[in-house]
Amino acid sequence: MEIKEIKEIISFLKDTDVTELNIEREGFKIRIKRGYIYGPIEITKTVKPSEETVKPSHVVEIQEQEELLHTVTSPLVGTFYRASSPEAAPFVEVGTRVEKGQVLCIIEAMKIMNEIESDVSGIVKKILVENGQPVEYGEPLFLIEVA
Amino acid sequence: MELFKKILIANRGEIAVRIIRACRELGIKTVAVYSEADRDALHVKLADEAICIGPANPGQSYLNITAILSAADVTDAEAIHPGYGFLSENAQFAEACVNSGIVFIGPAPENIKIGGDKAKARQILKRKGIPVVPGSDGPVNTDEACIKIVKKIGLPIIFKASAGGGGRGMRIVNEEKDIEQAFFMAQREALAAFGNGELYIEKYFPKVRHIEVQILADKQGNIIHLGERDCTIQRRHQKLIEEAPSPVLNEKLRKKIGEYAVKAAKALKFRNIGTFEFIVDDELNPYFIEINTRVQVEHPVTEEITDIDIIKEQIKLAKGYPLSFKQPQIKFRGHAIECRINAEDPEKFIPSPGIVEFLYLPGGPGIRVDSYLYQGCKVSPYYDSLVAKIIAKGTNRQEAINRMKRALQETVIKGIQTNIPLFLKLLEHPDFIKGKFFTDFVQTMNNNDKS
Repeated sequence: MEIKEIKEIISFLKDTDVTELNIEREGFKIRIKRGYIYGPIEITKTVKPSEETVKPSHVVEIQEQEELLHTVTSPLVGTFYRASSPEAAPFVEVGTRVEKGQVLCIIEAMKIMNEIESDVSGIVKKILVENGQPVEYGEPLFLIEVA
Repeated sequence: MELFKKILIANRGEIAVRIIRACRELGIKTVAVYSEADRDALHVKLADEAICIGPANPGQSYLNITAILSAADVTDAEAIHPGYGFLSENAQFAEACVNSGIVFIGPAPENIKIGGDKAKARQILKRKGIPVVPGSDGPVNTDEACIKIVKKIGLPIIFKASAGGGGRGMRIVNEEKDIEQAFFMAQREALAAFGNGELYIEKYFPKVRHIEVQILADKQGNIIHLGERDCTIQRRHQKLIEEAPSPVLNEKLRKKIGEYAVKAAKALKFRNIGTFEFIVDDELNPYFIEINTRVQVEHPVTEEITDIDIIKEQIKLAKGYPLSFKQPQIKFRGHAIECRINAEDPEKFIPSPGIVEFLYLPGGPGIRVDSYLYQGCKVSPYYDSLVAKIIAKGTNRQEAINRMKRALQETVIKGIQTNIPLFLKLLEHPDFIKGKFFTDFVQTMNNNDKS
């Protein structure tokens, strides 16, 4: 991608409500953010990093993110199910946008299916328990990026 | 028949620890349940598995039937031991266990129901020839009915709640003019405390001893008793010291009360374990008062003098094992005393929760301690203040008393206040040593101190 093209994109964005744009292609990644004084343009070359450099930074990144994420905990003891039936599709996947009150999963307690709703609106970032796993009261189930 | 593989313990504190110990010795796996306030509690640490069932408030955790049954379900527990308090005498819970295919380690739901309906229990057992305290035949519904009964049995009387327990919902009346007001007050209190305003009347004896008989019953219908416990040392109907055998019963009376209890249990088709409570007046006449359909706090004193592990027997009986002994095989050896160590101010009797900063529990010959304490543990403000039971056994009563005093003097519990100073005073009292006391003993001793 040429500087010219990038300039064109930026000037195009000026007339829109878009505040952030990410483009990723083979070998490069571009992220444009508007409304910032510093560094509106970031261009990073994605080179295949060696295993040892990526792992620690990856862990740090996740930890930092998790602190900012909202945790949905189990309100009761029971068995965790991601879908309404074994054949049905899961209620949510990682990356699903959910609204407050939307069903995230089912917890079965004494043959009763309890629908567990999200208490925030946002993006599901992580599902912390496996389908069919027993969960206790207060056990973390989902991490949601509030948005 | 193989015993259970896994038992869930629907309780906390020292009794949860006591049950886990029995299960371990029987080779049974254990599941502890706990509230958020009990995350670091000893029963959670000792059990093979532990499941958080709710927040600190017992209504949402230790009394939450769905959460407990669900915990049993997800852990594949075959049976639930309810301990004492919480859901132990809740017939609905016992029924819910049965309906979920889980064995409830305790009496049958019908037994629990009759135990909770004190007016009806009195009525049934009176007809079976068991002496009951003179009073109403079943519940009383109007103040006019009360006056009629009082005319027959005389004053003073005590109003008791049919659904009552733990000393609540009781009112003593000394003069006829107070009957009407006391009736309505007691009715309101009972309604508020138990959701049931039904009352019955008993003649009130100011000078009584509290004697109870431990019963074991198998599903085949065999019933035996393990002798009596004397629980006369109380404060506001809360037991403080229990001992076995009773210092006042003679062999003839001991045999008679034991037989009454077995007869009563047979009449009610009683199963598993339970306790039949009597009062004994100053002329040594026994009268039945109520049934406890659970293991009791003070069960260790019976264990110490009979060498029978009541919790293990309870588990085996729940599985359907027949009783492994007959009445003549039950022998009593020595004397045992238990002191209930509560986290409370010894003068004002208000609870004293906190962190146990330093702990030294007593040992040596003849001493047993059932407790959930460890150094650094938390005594929670949400639950009962009982933190430890110290049990002393001797070849005779005096040796047991001396051992108890020695054990209490050794005990160090820092960070919380306990009622140990009160026990040291009680155990020194000449009337206690002579065995000459009634249920008003602690109150009278405290009043004399103040005057």
